[in-house]
Formats: sequence, C-alpha cells, structure tokens
Amino acid sequence: MFALKRRTTGEAVFDGVNVLLMLVICFLTIYPVWYVLVNSLNNGQDAMRGGIYWLPRVFTWDNYAAVIDNPGIVTAMGVTIAKTLVGTVLHVFFTAMVAYAFSRRELIGRNLYMILGTITMIFNGGLIPTFLLIRDLHLLDNFFVYIIPAMFSFFDLIIFVSFFRELPQGLEEAAKIDGANDLVLFLRVVIPVSLPVVATIALFHGVWQWNDYFAGVIYITQNTELQPIQTFLYRVVAQNDTSQMVTSAAGGITKSVTSNSVKMATMVVTTLPIVLAYPFLQRYFVKGLMIGSIKG
Amino acid sequence: MDARTEALEARRTPARAQRGGTAGWARKLLAQRYLQAMALLGAAWMIVFNYIPMYGLIIAFKEYNIIQSMGQAPWVGLTHFREFFSDDQLAGVLRNTIGISLLKLVVGFPLPILFALFLNELRSVRFKKAVQTISYLPHFLSWVILGGILTTWLSDVGVINKFLQALGLIHDPVDYLASPNYFWTIVVTSDIWKELGWSAIIYLAAMASVSPEMYEAATIDGAGRFQKMRYVTLPGIAGTISILFILAVSGILNSNFDQIFVMRNALNDSTSNVIDIFVYQTGISQSRYSYATAIGLIKSVITLGLLLGANGILKRLNQSTLF
Repeated sequence: MFALKRRTTGEAVFDGVNVLLMLVICFLTIYPVWYVLVNSLNNGQDAMRGGIYWLPRVFTWDNYAAVIDNPGIVTAMGVTIAKTLVGTVLHVFFTAMVAYAFSRRELIGRNLYMILGTITMIFNGGLIPTFLLIRDLHLLDNFFVYIIPAMFSFFDLIIFVSFFRELPQGLEEAAKIDGANDLVLFLRVVIPVSLPVVATIALFHGVWQWNDYFAGVIYITQNTELQPIQTFLYRVVAQNDTSQMVTSAAGGITKSVTSNSVKMATMVVTTLPIVLAYPFLQRYFVKGLMIGSIKG
Repeated sequence: MDARTEALEARRTPARAQRGGTAGWARKLLAQRYLQAMALLGAAWMIVFNYIPMYGLIIAFKEYNIIQSMGQAPWVGLTHFREFFSDDQLAGVLRNTIGISLLKLVVGFPLPILFALFLNELRSVRFKKAVQTISYLPHFLSWVILGGILTTWLSDVGVINKFLQALGLIHDPVDYLASPNYFWTIVVTSDIWKELGWSAIIYLAAMASVSPEMYEAATIDGAGRFQKMRYVTLPGIAGTISILFILAVSGILNSNFDQIFVMRNALNDSTSNVIDIFVYQTGISQSRYSYATAIGLIKSVITLGLLLGANGILKRLNQSTLF
C-alpha cells in the first residue's frame, strides 16, 4: 500500500500504459476465437453480406444442426474422441510402465536402456522411413495407426522417471514384503500415488491426440471413415474441399446455412473440448512444463 | 531376498557382489524378471518405431522401389545427394527454410521476453494471472483451426482487407494467401500470435526466482521501473535466454511443418516450399522414396550437428546442458 502512495506521475503513466498494452494483447488473443463463435451462430446466407464482427446479426442454431446432420462430421468426431481416449490411456499406461522400470536403480542394463532412449531424442529416421515402416506394418488405413506409433515417448518417460525417483522408498518395500511382484507394485502402489504426473502427461498427450491432423492426412489414404475431425477440417481449410460441408439431407436447414457457416460451427465444436479442459490444462501444463524444463 | 534389498546389499558390499559372479548375476536377473519385462517392452517399441526407421535411412543410398525390399534394392551411392545439390528447387527451398526461421528468430524470439518483462511489472497479481491465462490459450488450438480462421480473414473479402480498407491503407482487396509476397509475414505473425503467451511462461518462472532483495536494493539506489527491468530482471533471466536462444538457432532447419502445411498452396509455393514440405511432396505425393529420404537425411545430419554444437557452446559457457 505504501508503494501506491509513493507512486510518481511517471510510474502512474507506466502502469496505465502497461495495463492498456496487456488489454490489447488479450483482445488480440481472444477476438479471432470470438469471431468464429459469432459467425457460427449467424444465418449463413446473411453472413455472406459480411460485417459480422461483434454479435450475430441473424441469430440461428442452424449451423450446429447442420453439423449434427452431417454424417461425415459426426463420424470424424467419433474417430477423434475414440483416438483421444484410447490413445491417451495407452500412452500414459505404457510410458509410465517403462519409465517405472527405467527408474529403478537395480535394473540390470539400465544405462544401456537409457542410452537407447536418449539417442531417439536427438536423431530419427524422418518422414519417409517412418511412413514405409507404418506401411509395412499394415497400419495404413487402420485405426491403430493413431495409437501404437504414439504409445511411447522418451520425453514423457523422463518426466515420469524424475517423478518416480522422488517417491519414498518405504512405500515399495512394504508392498514387496507382501510378496507383490514389480508389475503389481507398479499398478497398485506407484500409479495411485503418482496421479499429478499421470494427469499432466495425460493432458499433454490428450491435447496432442485431439489436435493432430497429420497422421490422418498421411496414413489414411483410402478409408476416409477413419479420418479424425482435424483431418476433415484440414481438407476443408487447406484444400478448399467444401463439398462435404453441407449435406442435402438436412431438409429445411440447407436454406440458411452455407459451407462457410457450417465450417465455423465445426470449428467451434472441435475447439470446445479444449476450452472446457483449459482450467485443468493450465494448472497441470505449467507444472509439467517446469518438470520438463528442469530435466529436458 | 528380493531384488531391491539385494541391490542395496550389493552396493554396500561390492566385494560380495563380485564374488557372486555369473550365478549371482543370473539370480539377480531372475529376481527382477518382471522389471526386465517392463523395460524390454519399452526397448522393443523403440527398436521398432525409432530404430527401424533409422535403418530405413539406407534407402537414401539405394534405388528403392515398391517391388523390392529395402535390403534387395540396388546401391546407388551418393546419386540422390548429388541430384539434390543440383536440383533447381534447392535454392528456393533453402531460402524459404532459413528465411522463415531467421524471421521467427529475430522477431519471434525477443517478443515473449518483452511480454514477460511487462507482465512482470503489473501491480495486480490477479490481473497478471488473468492476462497470462488468456495469452496462452492459442497454444492449445490446432493449426487447422488457426488455418481456418486465417484463410477466412486473409481472403479478398476477409476481415483483414475490410480493416485495411477502412483505414485507407489499401485501395483494392488482396487475396493474401494467394500471393507469394505475404507468406513469410503471415507465418511469422500467426506463430507469434499462437505462442507468445506460452513462450513467456518459462521467462516468468525465471523472473520469479530473482531475489526481491535485488529490487529493494535497486529501489534504494533510486532506480525507476525501466532501470529495474533493464538492470535487475533482464540479467536475472539471462541464463534462461541464452539456453533458449542457442536451442532456437540449432533448430533453424526445422520449419513448423504443421503450420506451413495448412497455409501453403500452389499459388504461394515459391515462398512456402520449405525443406519439410519438399520432402513430403517428393516422398509422399510423388513416391520418390529414396530421393526424399536423402534430403531428409541431409537435414537431420545438419540439425544434429547444430544441436551438438549448441550443447558444446552451453558447456563452455558453463550453463546447464541439454544432455
């Protein structure tokens, strides 16, 4: 409070300008998202006249109705939800399991395992050899192409290892005396006490799974039923393929919607889960970033 | 005796462990069979998904086709590398890759530092927190969503044109993504928009560890706000800045593929064709696997060299190293 009283004019000007600057940055950050939301709630035909910047001019839910009526979008959304859930659970479980083994000092060959992993962080085969491997494993046009090649990450392993190292020794030894083997120990003792790091990695990977569009572009070559919503949108956005946006089946709805207005509604639906998860994200992400930056 | 206590024992009495010899080692291995199984599963995954693609790099020196396996394909030595160095597109690809990276470095690198510095000066903790929370929201949006917004805004009837026309800065509308002149600006600006708040987090964390006594001392010496930012905060985060800068420099050949892949098109190709896009085009679109692998390999080797160089510099500067 004393500081407030001692503020000079110069200080007050600085503070005022600074607050203003921050407000401008916040506006610039939010406005594009707001623009999409407003346009998704406006009559598509009317929106073609332009000028919808702050609020909908002709309010309607029709664009969202058209999204739900579009089998392509609904299928793609289902793929995204499935791959995010299955992919995240498997990634966290598998990476944590390997990390637990790597974290135990008595593990024979531990240095070799760690070297094997460290090399993968600084060098890789690259796009084409990876593509050929996926093809040879018959994972092209296969749902598991989203899951298995993303099941493990050495970066995440390092975060897990640094967490597991901090666990109290007595915890494991007590279970050991009860005759539990290392796998049971991992499942029943280690995982339940490691929920903060599990949540962090799950959110990291969940967002990545949700947002990734490239796997769907490169590995889904024929069976478009298997493309996630982000890939669906990629084709609409980058290849300007709007033919899939408005289906004629929607009956009366088709009169007011346009491919652009349905695109806006799809973008909102695609972004909504991220926005809803955001409070958790920011709590755990910052923590995860810190762990990562210390070790990485 | 279980594995853990045995290992502890072994550490305490190394002589005993040595006496155990092969039999002791085998017994230890047996005792940790579950642990080994868990570790081996991880190793197996890495061998399949990391090391087999590394082995696959040999096709850069072969004439690989779909009929023959990687092993069977005939060796062609450095043919593909020579072809790349005489490729008409090489100059453009290099110019785009390095140009975009340098712009991101020159403009995109200092901005989060400035943002963090000014954010750090806010008096209200609540407001500071609110601004920070809002500022890193875009980090979690995918480039496809961002691409969707940008293609709408940058079209000739889009928001950007309407805005610039209202200000009287341009007369006729421009279709920005359909012209090679604007691509670098668009890529760099949108990257800053997406990552400004996120990149600032690490600097803010570094600032939090600057001792409050330093600020008090500076206040007593009569330092103003700018002087404190310049002489207390900035030196306090200099270590973090240098690490991130060296890292950024070593990643100069890594263009943001996810971003450029969404925004590029045939019309802006002359300024949007970066190495990663070129590899995708030749490898996946044209199925010239060997040639594309060779280009990817050149990039990987240079990047690895830069990374090891960066690590060496950090070591010499006595900073914490990457590995």
